[in-house]
Amino acid sequence: MSSGQLPRWVDFGLIPVLNLIAAFLVSGLVVLLIGENPLEAVRILLWGSLGFGEGVGFTLFYATNFIFTGLAVAVAFHAGLFNIGGEGQAYIGGLGVAWACLALDHYVPWWVTMPFALAGAAIMGAAWAFIPAWLQAKRGSHVVITTIMFNFIAAALMNYLLVNIMVKPGSMQPETRTFEAGGKLPFLKEFVPGIDFGTAPVNLALIIALLASVAVWLIVWRTRLGYEIRAFGANATAAVYAGISPVRVIVITMLISGGLAGMMAINEIMGSQHRLLLEFVTGYGFVGIAVALMGRAHPVGIVLAAILFGMLYQGGAELSFEKPAITRDMIIVIQGLVILFAGALEHMFRPALIQFFTYSRSPAEQAG
Amino acid sequence: MSDTPAIELRNINKSFGPVHANRDIDLVVKKGSIHGIVGENGAGKSTLMSILYGFYQADKGDVLVDGRKAHIGDSKTAISLGIGMVHQHFMLVDNFTVLENVILGAEGGPLLAGGVSKARQELKRLEDDYGLKVGVDELIEDLPVGLQQRVEILKALFRGAEILILDEPTGVLTPAEADHLFRILQVLKDEGKTVLLITHKLREIMAVTDTVSVMRRGEMVATRKTSETSMAELAELMVGRSVLLRVDKKPAHPKETVLDVSHLTVTDSRGVQVVKDVSFNVRAGEIVGIAGVSGNGQSELLETLAGIRKATSGKVTIEGATIDLAETHVDPAMMRDWNLGHVPEDRHRMGLVTGFAEYENAILGYHNDPTYSKGFLLDIPKIRDAAREEIEKYDIRPPDCLLKTANFSGGNQQKIVLAREMERDPTVLLVGQPTRGVDIGAIEFIHKRLIEMRDAGKGVLLVSVELDEIRGLADRVLVMFDGKIVGERSPETDESELGLLMAGAHGENA
Repeated sequence: MSSGQLPRWVDFGLIPVLNLIAAFLVSGLVVLLIGENPLEAVRILLWGSLGFGEGVGFTLFYATNFIFTGLAVAVAFHAGLFNIGGEGQAYIGGLGVAWACLALDHYVPWWVTMPFALAGAAIMGAAWAFIPAWLQAKRGSHVVITTIMFNFIAAALMNYLLVNIMVKPGSMQPETRTFEAGGKLPFLKEFVPGIDFGTAPVNLALIIALLASVAVWLIVWRTRLGYEIRAFGANATAAVYAGISPVRVIVITMLISGGLAGMMAINEIMGSQHRLLLEFVTGYGFVGIAVALMGRAHPVGIVLAAILFGMLYQGGAELSFEKPAITRDMIIVIQGLVILFAGALEHMFRPALIQFFTYSRSPAEQAG
Repeated sequence: MSDTPAIELRNINKSFGPVHANRDIDLVVKKGSIHGIVGENGAGKSTLMSILYGFYQADKGDVLVDGRKAHIGDSKTAISLGIGMVHQHFMLVDNFTVLENVILGAEGGPLLAGGVSKARQELKRLEDDYGLKVGVDELIEDLPVGLQQRVEILKALFRGAEILILDEPTGVLTPAEADHLFRILQVLKDEGKTVLLITHKLREIMAVTDTVSVMRRGEMVATRKTSETSMAELAELMVGRSVLLRVDKKPAHPKETVLDVSHLTVTDSRGVQVVKDVSFNVRAGEIVGIAGVSGNGQSELLETLAGIRKATSGKVTIEGATIDLAETHVDPAMMRDWNLGHVPEDRHRMGLVTGFAEYENAILGYHNDPTYSKGFLLDIPKIRDAAREEIEKYDIRPPDCLLKTANFSGGNQQKIVLAREMERDPTVLLVGQPTRGVDIGAIEFIHKRLIEMRDAGKGVLLVSVELDEIRGLADRVLVMFDGKIVGERSPETDESELGLLMAGAHGENA
């Protein structure tokens, strides 16, 4: 038996919690250094994100974005691919949403537009992931390099399209016209009576994100395709031995990953902004990497991690509003620390825990 | 020579979680002797040596080197105490010269020049003293494995080793190279060095050691003078019951040809021809063994036949259909459709996804079989049932199809692969190194299964670097050297003759 075994609850519960506590302790020190009370800061952060309806609404709105980008990173992860192009794929996904909405919003209700917008988002996101995937599969160009370069290309392309082509005629703003009712997803408060989310734009996309999580779980753990993806990710040589085509797995996985990232645009563009504008992704694609790491590339974990990061975004905004000494940049520092401890320092506590659990377990098991 | 033992271990205990890898080990290694340690895989030999070399610390017990208690916290301390280790997998930098490899980590100062010239002299002396001839300025990648191993020994001696630990040193050697190694060990012994030889090959123990200690399930069960024991006794001590050293089988009754390979040539990614114009056939009801020192094209041959590697030219006839391997696209899934099973040489790298649960590995390569699917989804309960059946039939332990495959022992992992490939009832079974890293009990079981396959009228192609295994199982032996089949012999052929063929001594065209 290998000595590196930990009980599941430790692996999936205790370690993320320990990482989080470590991140908050260090953040607390930072807050202390600038002369504020860390406990007070935590109180505001929690209240700001969960304490009232509007706060909860914003938390869930941000979480929706993180679920999509987190799932995108996780799916690629299972095939051993590191898709850090979620940023660009989501951005280009916005194009698909905007095209569907701009074309249909005058003629049909939102629920007719929605499937087209969803398909548009997924197809455009997937298309943006396709070229890096193809280069990786056929030429061995590393997706980490190519996807990150494609983020820049996406930014430049969107800039060009919004400034020169899709811009509302006569407007100086590099954005499209605002969609009509047929291009707007209903807010959650409109069909969940009794809950007051205030001005928070949390919308139907949250439900789509949760359905996408279920779909990802089914695909990865219950289908032949998922089996091939996981086999390839865990041991590419064994996958080839098993007759699994690496080219097929790489391309299909990246298409799914890019499609999920692209679907993030549904939440922002069709659900909240109701127009296509510059830089609406603002880092959600990158934070998706931390969400996937923290959520152990499992949909349940990703939903939880996404809510946590949603809380950080929303609570952080409240915090910088309440405490002028804790600026917006400070909040980013704290988010950075959470990413650092949850993602990069993932294995910091693991060796100690393994030792602790092997020692505390062995006498009992030897007696038995 | 003094009577103080070179190494004395007293009451060594080491646990990894619930596994008691070493239990109350006592061992005395006499100075200037060759001391063998045998035991099955997982018996605790490697753990014990790792404690001696400072990779692990014992939970309890003392290590005495030269009669003095030593606390060996890392390999640096071990080296300073005069303990050197030659690992099973060489720790050499391929694109460095012999000299550069030897001084690596012992450069003797920030500038290389001074250390290098001193090292050159010292190496020359060592080469002369011990008959360890290696060109000091040769690149490692240009040396055959036998010489690479000598570099490892030189490395240890250069660091002043008085006690040399060799971990399974002959796994990669030809019989002739192994003989040469044993002669070197003899010289080392005559010079007063102490040698600890870890192996599972009893023949080697009998050939070179003075004393032999046997380990079983973490315990030291016996220490014998080599001259006063026998292979049968040692085998029994290792396993804890009497073992069949010979494979019991009836004569083969081969029928029609089931696999015909003609003029197969394979070129690897560097453009080197690794299989050169190879032709042979396998008939139903026989085991054809391919003998050869590892690295002479057997692996590539097997992988090409399994559809993993692309051939440059050549044809294969299987299930009555002839396929031109150079022109037709072939992949492993197609070969499986043609009823060709494949037990790959390296189960960790190729045969299993060790991170998967057992039942997931039970369908690896057969996951597209419609019986395992229910519509769009995999039929998990059905897959688990099938896995449980194989677990029972092949006595895979622990009998838990949900357990991560990495947590099974080597022998049981191999049984998982065998069960998967054999239970599909293939017409032809390709088998590579079926018992590498597998304990004696499981070896017996695996050999029996292979004979049963043969007797059930299947064609088996067996590749193994263990000559004993080939001679025990095969009905015909093909010897491969440098990518070519250099001869066909009956398994009863004298071992030295096969050994010479394997070394390419007198090539003949088959």
